Amino acid sequence: MNTRLTKIIQEIDLQNRPDISYIANLIQTNERILDLGCGFGELMLLLKQKGVRVQGIEKDERCVIQCVKRGLYVHHGDIDHGLKHHLDKSFDYLILNQTIQQTLNPGDIIKECLRIGKKVIIVFPNFSHWQIRLSILLSGKTPVTDLMPFHWYDTPNLHFLSAQDFKDFCEIETIKILQTASFNRRREIKWLPNLFASLSLFVIAQNEKN
Amino acid sequence: MPTTDNQDQSGERSVGIVETKLFTFPSLTLDNGETIKPLEIAYETYGKLSPNKDNAILVCHALSGDAHAAGYHEGDKKPGYWDNYIGPGKAIDTNLFFVISSNVIGGCKGSSGPLSKNGKTGKPYQSSFPFVSIADMVNAQEKLVSHFGIEILFAVAGGSMGGMQALQWSVSYPDRVKNCIIMASTSEHSAQQIAFNEVGRQAILADPNYLKGEYSFEHRPAKGLALARMVGHITYLSDELMREKFGRKPPKGNIQSTDFAVGSYLIYQGESFVDRFDANSYIYVTKALDHFSLGTGRELTAALSVVKCRFLVVAYTSDWLYPPYQSLEIVKSLEVNAIPVSFVELNNPAGHDSFLLPNPEQESIIRDFLLSSWEEIG
Repeated sequence: MNTRLTKIIQEIDLQNRPDISYIANLIQTNERILDLGCGFGELMLLLKQKGVRVQGIEKDERCVIQCVKRGLYVHHGDIDHGLKHHLDKSFDYLILNQTIQQTLNPGDIIKECLRIGKKVIIVFPNFSHWQIRLSILLSGKTPVTDLMPFHWYDTPNLHFLSAQDFKDFCEIETIKILQTASFNRRREIKWLPNLFASLSLFVIAQNEKN
Repeated sequence: MPTTDNQDQSGERSVGIVETKLFTFPSLTLDNGETIKPLEIAYETYGKLSPNKDNAILVCHALSGDAHAAGYHEGDKKPGYWDNYIGPGKAIDTNLFFVISSNVIGGCKGSSGPLSKNGKTGKPYQSSFPFVSIADMVNAQEKLVSHFGIEILFAVAGGSMGGMQALQWSVSYPDRVKNCIIMASTSEHSAQQIAFNEVGRQAILADPNYLKGEYSFEHRPAKGLALARMVGHITYLSDELMREKFGRKPPKGNIQSTDFAVGSYLIYQGESFVDRFDANSYIYVTKALDHFSLGTGRELTAALSVVKCRFLVVAYTSDWLYPPYQSLEIVKSLEVNAIPVSFVELNNPAGHDSFLLPNPEQESIIRDFLLSSWEEIG
């Protein structure tokens, strides 16, 4: 591994990103990965270090430039209309790490991801976290929390969903849930995740009958 | 936009005084079966070739460019066309890389072209020069690269027509290129791009001095060529930049033939072009551009299935001559082939010419794209 990449990875603060380490552990060397909404490329760097063939899509120009500087392969574009050209099952995993809630048509994008990827890893802020529930109950206002630190007028998040909402969606669409995990800022949450987790992770795949 | 042109002449970040050189090869057989005999290529080099010859970057120029990419010719005030990007410590760092900048065949800047002497007649070819394709230009460059003993180019890079050459390199010689940088370019001309070139060619053909290409140098089709360049120049700038630069201001000086500053700018560009370019070459090179086609969609994906290098593709939102969708065509076809590619669309207002202008973001994208590859190998 080259020194430059190792140095960049050391600079990234992964202490408070249990989700990123969890995803990096799921993926095997030599698998082909597409990271949708890859941001500054933290996850892609970890995967690259592991020998994973990883590429990303990102719409923020600053993020894209940073990724190129880090020697990552990133496509500057919008996933709402940037996936059609990819062939069926051409990736081992597609990753939507805190991206899906910012897209225009999440349902369509998830289906498109299931077409392109053998498996899809999807992570989103869990809207049924107790702090959010309490905040709505007590203040009667759209919640502003650590995890969703935006106001209704400046948030990039267009959709709000909970772990339970996502399970329901998968049932209606007959999507297979292969694995789930839940996190707060520092660690994995096992007990009552729909109440205590601030982040929900699902690994899903197309139902073979579909 | 600030330029560093003159400050750098003696500064640390310039390659300094350079000279265009000429290689002569016995011959080159073109794609259409005809042969150029002898084959001449004008070129410049900057930096040092490493002992194992693994640090060479070939730089390909655009339509009206030449071999002079960086540094200064003796006595010149203006540096080579890509001096913003090539030099010690610059994006294409000559402390690390050996840069070869070659002039295309078919042009009029030293390489074999309509102005060259036909071996058989002893007179300039003029319009009897054979049709030259982008692939032919690349095959000529391959001879030059091989002459240096370079088996594998660390990178090939270019904007606009230079980008097409770089792309063609990755297809023609997939085992001989490690990195490919394509800026403001396309895998084939659209009808609109052909249309602009056609207007230019028709302006030259309509000039009474053109004489089916057999004009004398005292009576060249200057007006036609100047008009062709004027049309071209409109397409190089964005609407926004033109408005900013010229607005509806009156022309400077005593120009009788135009009422507007933008008009006098175009007239100046056209007239100065005539002094440094040949009308026949303009026709040959624009035809090479228009005929270049690796296709789009599935056809392009099939064409690019042979490539092996990593790619950096840069497009500009304000470029309406080679709009970003054309760069995306290339990127998508590479992605379908699982070829490593980075695509950046820069929101720079300067239009098609953006790839030539200083831009810190762009400089660091190119530098770091090259460095990340260099360190991975090293």
